[in-house]
Order: sequence, then C-alpha cells, then structure tokens
Amino acid sequence: MKQTPYSRTRSPEPKKEKTRGGGGTAMRVIVPLQGVVQGRGGLVLGSIIPCALFYFLQFYLNRHRNEPDDENESNSPGQNQTTRSPSSGQLAEHPGLTRNLSRVLLSPRSPRGPVSVSGRVSGIVKDAESPYYVGLRRVKEDPYDEVDNPNGVIQMGLAENKLSLDLVKDWLAGNVKEAILGNGKELTIGGIATYQPFDGLMEFKVAVAGFMSQVMEQATSCDPSQIVLTSGATPAIEILSFCLADAGNAFLVPTPYYPGFDRDVKWRTGVEIVHVPCRSADNFSLSIAALDRAFNQAKKRGMKVRGIIISNPSNPVGNLMSQETLYSLLDFAREKNIHIVSNEILAGCTHGKEKFVSMAEIIDLEDVDRKRVHIVYGLSKDLSLPGFRVGVIYSLNEEVLAAAKKLTRFSSISAPTQRLLISMLSDAKFVQTFITVNRERLQRMYVQFVGGLKKLGIECIKSSGGFYCWANMSGLISSYSEKGELKLWDKLLNIAKLNVTPGSSCHCIEPGWFRFCFATLTEKDIPVVMERIQKISEICKLNS
Amino acid sequence: MRLIVPLQGVVQGRGGLILGSLIPCALFYFLQLYLKRNRSPNSQSSPPSRSTSSSTLAEMTRTLSRGSIGPARISSRAISIAKPNDSPYYIGLDKASEDPYDRIGNPHGVIQLGLSENRLCFDLIKKWMLDNLSDSIMRKEGGDLSISGIATYQPIDGTMELKLAMAGFMSRVMGGAVSFEPSQMVLTAGATPAIETLCFCLADHGNAFLVPTPYYPGFDRDVKWRTGVELIPVHCRSTDNFILSITALDQAFNQTRKRGTKIRGILLSNPANPVGNLLSREMLHGLLDFAQEKNLHIISDEIFAGSMYGNEKFVSMAEVLDSENFDKDRVHIIYGLSKDLSLPGFRVGMIYSFNENVLAAARKLTRFSSISAPTQRILVSMLSDTRFTEEYIETNKKRIQNMRDLFVAGLKVLGIRCGESSAGLYCWADMSKLIPSYSEKGELELWDKLLNVAKINITPGSACHCIEPGWFRCCFTTLAQEDIPVVMERIRKVADTHASCS
Repeated sequence: MKQTPYSRTRSPEPKKEKTRGGGGTAMRVIVPLQGVVQGRGGLVLGSIIPCALFYFLQFYLNRHRNEPDDENESNSPGQNQTTRSPSSGQLAEHPGLTRNLSRVLLSPRSPRGPVSVSGRVSGIVKDAESPYYVGLRRVKEDPYDEVDNPNGVIQMGLAENKLSLDLVKDWLAGNVKEAILGNGKELTIGGIATYQPFDGLMEFKVAVAGFMSQVMEQATSCDPSQIVLTSGATPAIEILSFCLADAGNAFLVPTPYYPGFDRDVKWRTGVEIVHVPCRSADNFSLSIAALDRAFNQAKKRGMKVRGIIISNPSNPVGNLMSQETLYSLLDFAREKNIHIVSNEILAGCTHGKEKFVSMAEIIDLEDVDRKRVHIVYGLSKDLSLPGFRVGVIYSLNEEVLAAAKKLTRFSSISAPTQRLLISMLSDAKFVQTFITVNRERLQRMYVQFVGGLKKLGIECIKSSGGFYCWANMSGLISSYSEKGELKLWDKLLNIAKLNVTPGSSCHCIEPGWFRFCFATLTEKDIPVVMERIQKISEICKLNS
Repeated sequence: MRLIVPLQGVVQGRGGLILGSLIPCALFYFLQLYLKRNRSPNSQSSPPSRSTSSSTLAEMTRTLSRGSIGPARISSRAISIAKPNDSPYYIGLDKASEDPYDRIGNPHGVIQLGLSENRLCFDLIKKWMLDNLSDSIMRKEGGDLSISGIATYQPIDGTMELKLAMAGFMSRVMGGAVSFEPSQMVLTAGATPAIETLCFCLADHGNAFLVPTPYYPGFDRDVKWRTGVELIPVHCRSTDNFILSITALDQAFNQTRKRGTKIRGILLSNPANPVGNLLSREMLHGLLDFAQEKNLHIISDEIFAGSMYGNEKFVSMAEVLDSENFDKDRVHIIYGLSKDLSLPGFRVGMIYSFNENVLAAARKLTRFSSISAPTQRILVSMLSDTRFTEEYIETNKKRIQNMRDLFVAGLKVLGIRCGESSAGLYCWADMSKLIPSYSEKGELELWDKLLNVAKINITPGSACHCIEPGWFRCCFTTLAQEDIPVVMERIRKVADTHASCS
C-alpha cells in the first residue's frame, strides 16, 4: 500500500472506488471515459457511445424532473448527498438505467443508513495491523513480570529506556513542588494555569538548548530562538512533513527505518516515503549511490522528492553517520535542492567510543544551505521520559519555524510539565550525572546482551547508539523471505513470548533481521530472554 | 476534476433535452477528431510508454526552469500557514501579549478582553495545588514512589484513570443529568487538536461542515488548516438573538450541494461562542432530525458547559441522545478543561463519540497530541477530589455571574446593549451605534480605535464571521473587579470621540 488517501482518487481502478462508501463518486465519470478520451474507440464509435449515453441521461433526467425543483431534492434525500455526484455516479455505471434504479434502492446511504466516516480514516485504522503494533498490543495484554507473571510476554519491541529511571525518580521526589509552583513566597499559578506560548516557554527552550548541546558534546550551542517544542517527536516529524512537502510529494528514507515513520510522515499529510535500501554487506550504512538511484526512480515515476529523512544514531541498526557521510548528504541535498530532516533523538544514548556528529555541527561549520537542514530531537530517549511528551524541531529556516510555531497549537506541551522540566534541566549536576550514568549502564547492558546472543550463534551489527541491537537471525528462519521472517517473529512472540521487531516492519530488504530493545530489561532478565531464544532456535533447527 | 465541472449543467439536465445532448456530442466529436490528428505519427507506441515519455518531458521542462541550486522551498500549505495572521482576532491577541496591562506595572498597557480565559478562581486551584501537588504526581504505591507510571510511555489517548475522573467531572458540571462512558472518550492535548482530529476522521479533503455564525474564530484554523476541509457559514441574526434556525441550515445545505461540495456534518458550539446562548432541547431534536435526514455528522463543542450563569439549564447533546432513540453514531462531543476548570495551560481536550470507527481512528491519531503523564496525574487527583470540584464549580459560576452583571451594567451605562446570554466567559455587545459606517469597514475602524487608542483588545464580529456589523465579543473573566471601571472609562472615551465626530 504505497498509495495515500490523496493519490488514491487518481487511481484508475473502478473497483477500489466502489468499495469506498462516500467520497469521490465524482471521479468515476472519468474512468469509463478513459478509453474514449485516449481515442481508442475510433472516431465514430468514440463519439457515438458518449453521445448516446448523454442522450439517455438527458432523457432520464427530463422524465424525473416534472416535480418542482426544491421538492425534488427533499424527496430523495438519501440519494443526493450532493446532487451532482450521485447522478454522475450513475452515469459511470453504464449502460443500464435499470441498474441505476436498483442502486438507489440498495444504496448504503438510504436516509436512515449508517453515517460514513472519512475515506482517509480507513487507511489509518488498517495500518495498525503491522507486526510492530501487533506485538506492542500483545505485551500490553500480558506483560512479563519476574514475580507476578513469569510466563508473560517480555517487551523488547519498544525503544524505551528504563535503566536510569531511579535517577529521575530521586530528582522528582525532592523537587516536584518547587519546580511546578515556583520557589519562594509568591506562587505563580498564573504561569501554569493560563494559556502559554504554544511552541513552548522561552525558558524551557533555553533549558532544552542547553541540554542538547551538553548531550551532543557540541562546541557551539543551539540557539533557543530556532527551537519549536511539540508534544513528542512524533508530532515534530509530522509538522515538518507538513511544512516541507505537499500531498503527493515524497521523502527519501534509508531502510531499515523506524516503523513509526510510516505513521508520522504519511498518515495525515498525504506525503509518501521512497525507500533507499541499505544492505548488510555495507553494515547497513547509507550510500549516496543508492540515494541517487532512488531519487531518479521516484522522479521517473513522476513523484516530486522534497527531502531526505535520516535517523542518526540510526534506528533500528544503531550505527552512527560519519562526518564524511553527512557532508556528502548535504552535497546531495544541495545538488537536488531538497531538504534534510535529521532525527537525532538518540544523540545522547551513544555507547562505545565512536563520537556522534550532529547535523547541527556540520551546518555550523559550513555556512551555506543551513535552510535545508531540520533537526528533530526530544526528551523521550535521552532523558528517558517518553511519558512527558516533549519533542523538538530545530531549524534554521525562518519560514519553516513560522509555520511550525503555528501548528504547535495542535500539539503543545502542558505548562506544569514544562515547569517541571525547566528545573530538571537547569540542575546542571543532575543532568551531568544522568548522562554519564545512563551511558555507562547502556554500555553494560549492550555488551551483556550482544554477548548473550553471540553465545547462541546470533550476530549483531556493531552499533554505537540506541537502546537496541540489530540481530541477524537469518540462520533460524525457515525460508529466506519475508514470510520466513514473520514465521520466526510469530514463534518468538507466541511461543517464546518475546516481542521483538522484525526487519520487515522496518522495511529492511534482507529477511531475517530483528531489532531487540534491551533497555526495558534489567540485567536479571537477560538470562531469561536468552533461554527463551535458545528454545526457539532449537525448535527451528529441529524442523530444518 | 476539471472534466466534470463543465458537464455540471448537462448532468443536472438544465440544458434541455436536445441542447444537453447536442453540446457534449459535438464536444466529443471534436475531441476525437483532435486526438486522431495528433496521433498519426506514431500510432504504434503502446499507451504506457506514451505516458512515461510525456511525464519525462514534463520533468525536463520543470528541471530546466528550476535550476539545481536555489533556496530549498517549503510546501505550499506551509507558506499559507506561515503568513502573518491578518485576522483582527490574532492581531489583537499579539498586541495584548506584547504590552499587557498591569494596574501598577503598566497602567497604560492593553487590557486583554479578547481571550476567553477564566482567571476568577485561581485562588481555589492554587490552594489545592499547594496542598496536593507533590503527592498527586509522585503517587505512593505500596509505600514506594511510582516513577514508571509517569516517565514511561502511557496510553496515548489518555489513561483510564483520567477518563474516569473526567467522566465524573463532566456529569457534575452538567448538573448530573447525564452520565459519560469513559470507554467512549479520547483525550487530546487541548480541544483544538480534538476538533482537528474529528475533522480528519469525518471529512475528506474538499468536504465541508456547516457552521452557524457568529462562530469561534479558532474554528477556521482547527478545521481548515491541515485537513483541507471547508466551513460553510450558516448565518444567524440579531433579530433571532443569534439563534440557529433549521431553515437557514437547510438553505445553506442546499446551496453548498448545488456548488458540488459534499457536506459531512454540522459543527456547533453549545453554549455558543461568542454569543453565549444555549441551544434548547427542541433545537437539539431539530438538529438531530436534520442530520438524520441529510445523513450528516454533528460535532457539538460543549467546552463551556460548566461556565454557566443565570437560570437557564444547559442540555447536552449526550442527554438528548440518552433520552430518545436517535442514531448515536453521528454525534460527537468536544470537551476540555481549559474553560470549565480554567486550566488552558494544562492542554486537556476530549472527543466523546458514539461511533466506534471514529473512536478507533481518533485513538491512533492522538499519537500526535497526547497529554503528558505528570499533568494527567495531577488532574486525576484534582478531579477525584469531589469536595474540591463541587466547591469550585459552584464558586466559579457565582463569580462569573457577578462579573458578568457588573460588566454588562457598565456597558449599559454607556448605552451599549448586550445579547441575551446565559453561559460563557464573555458577552456579545452591540456597538453598532459607535461605528462610523454600518459595514465591516466601520466595525474594524472602531476595533482599531479601541485597540490602539483606548488600548482594549476585544474581538470584532467580523472575526467571528458575524453577518451584521457592529458586534463585539468582550471576555470579562480575565479581569479583576477593579479593572471594570478602567475598561468602561476607556470605552467611554472612544464613544465620546465618536459622538463629537458625528
């Protein structure tokens, strides 16, 4: 399903049109006329058929118009949602006038019939059937607990970090009241109860900018006036997608990518994603050649590419983009005159020795083309506070900022949360401790987990960021295909009770890769997970 | 779509039997002739290759005109959003926030009467927060503080606890006449995204909603900006006290349909914003019948349900549905805590719907505007504290009424009459005697004088798409009682200059 609700109306398949209750009946006219318009029917036939049709239509309409106008309309309220489209719909269903009549009788839109929802909704409801969401639902129904529910499903499909929550808890326990209500005698209830700037309080932007520079270990600092705050990184990406592309335009996205992008970029905006496949042979790192190929292919298909969306550190692989790649990306974007959206939400969750380079750093050094780079950030990963819903758009494009600021009316952060975080992020000692401790703990979990998998013969791509590892389980799949991968995923979820994300959910072109998020576990859970995987791998080997 | 538009008259059969057939026939004949002529050179080529060649051709011309290096352009929809707001509603709000009035700090600043925000009961909220805040966030569970309930991912459409608490609060606010089912709720970060989400779910790009005027200026943003849905005004007049009539609704419906736009529903606010009147039970029945007959949805924005004064009783759409056998699937209610609990900074809105499809889609869409967990925690405790909510609701009503009486009396002394109202944080004042010419232009001139000379920000009727010039919405709950004489004095000055001019 690459088609968005917007482009669907253009599709020449009448079948599809019929299944849609409401919506574009008007478009049906065009479909049967297609042959005529293209001149296939020959000169005479191509004129006679439509002429005859129109004559009959006129005849039919004339007969049924004897009553006065307004009465006619109220007489058949079910049929005419709009006068024009039902009758043009009838026209489409040539040749029978009798069929038209039966259609009215059987019409699902009879006056007392059920009211229809919008066409775009059906796509949204359907989209949620991917293994990614199915797995998340399963965990919710039957979550693992060491003591209470030892046979429950272990959550490894959600990129959430629970390793350092104790630090956050300690801070909150000591500071909540002062943080929200302000310290001192004069309480500032007006500052939290009343309407606040929708794109975030300036104080909060300053605090976030400081935190970002600290996390990214940047020499230069982020400018708070270039920041727009949203309720989570999800709306931040959606807003950028709205601002950078029109419906029907496309973004290039290297695969495998975070399964949520399909929702964030496509659902409401009508924007499309063009995959840029990366392969295990290159360690799943992006090549400009692949980018160029995808760009040209999309162009040939008549699609306008408006930008590239990258995740750095990448999700689900966990590798970092080198400075050289970033420069060549920028060159590519300049050459094609497109935008770059760099999702750096995991910038602070790096482990290992490799140094993270932010796109912000590159454009700081390079004076040109700042306007085409937009960075997405948030506190869900680096401060492990997804429940607080804080996302960031950092852009140097004034137009984008102006539009994004207005759109934050639809997803702003509540004032008490902002006050709370202002104090938390301004507490330099806490922030420093948190970042350091969190990195250490991530590193330790990563080493243990990857080591555990290795013992089972499962190799992971070497990664330096994120809460997950990208594991090659192609040795365990029954057939080297998406089907084989999903079979293994199903076994892992339903027999071993492990929720992991299959590569196909991330649009990986090679089957057999899985994302394991380990930061939701404790160290004690690792042996349990390994044992469960081992069981499955034995079953798989037995079968083959 | 262009093919269809010229055929409209034909399809509707207006052209008469012969003319209606003759014209399209002739057109098709010429089309065929033209196609035939232009096809002779390579009639061999198959249709797919033809279409690709034509698209590459189009691309070539595009790339040629574009030039590869230039500023990266933003989307056309963003350009229209990024433009500075020219509506007086937003201009006034900006002015008031740049130079806000303060009795002591800035006595010549702009007094804010353009934002429907309630500051009358902050003392009660402050007291509650002081006593309960830290316990409500860091709730103790089994002797231990529970951090994972606020730090980790929560249900994106709101926690069940908060939905339960909201259900209780709503039925209390609406006088206990109706109960709400938590499973039919979807919580969003404010009523604004709630309305937008509903629009996404109920209408496709190019469809329309009917909206009685004058309406809340924010609807234009909430409904139209990102969804591509249109609003069709249904004009209400001062002679009817701006009460909606089904006839007007029917008229607007038919007119729009004739233009070929598909109408998917009716959007109303009850209590009405900016007028402040209520829809009677009979009117709600009439609306439901109308919606049923035309197969439309109804979005009822009831965000001011608890901000009532006077003796009239508010009737929720949910109450009418409960009592009679209407088709519930088409009714969707918007609510929020920004007005009735005067907590707009908390960003809590709600979609209450009886339609499972809409709920399923809306739940997924809340991923784009969910409420942060600490805020939900605070509100769960606050709304579950029945002693607090009862005291709050009662005191709030009394204070709103008191302010309204003072404010309306003050305007009356100046010869300004207000529309009859029984709810809301504002009054709807008829200043047509003060406008230099009876037109939108005259109205905006007065608005400009009030904003820039008298330094009072009020919302002109034209921003609310009111069809009659000279009406203004004045929000009085942002004021303290001492401010009322200052406001009246400032208005009097403008009125005097008008009197001396004419």
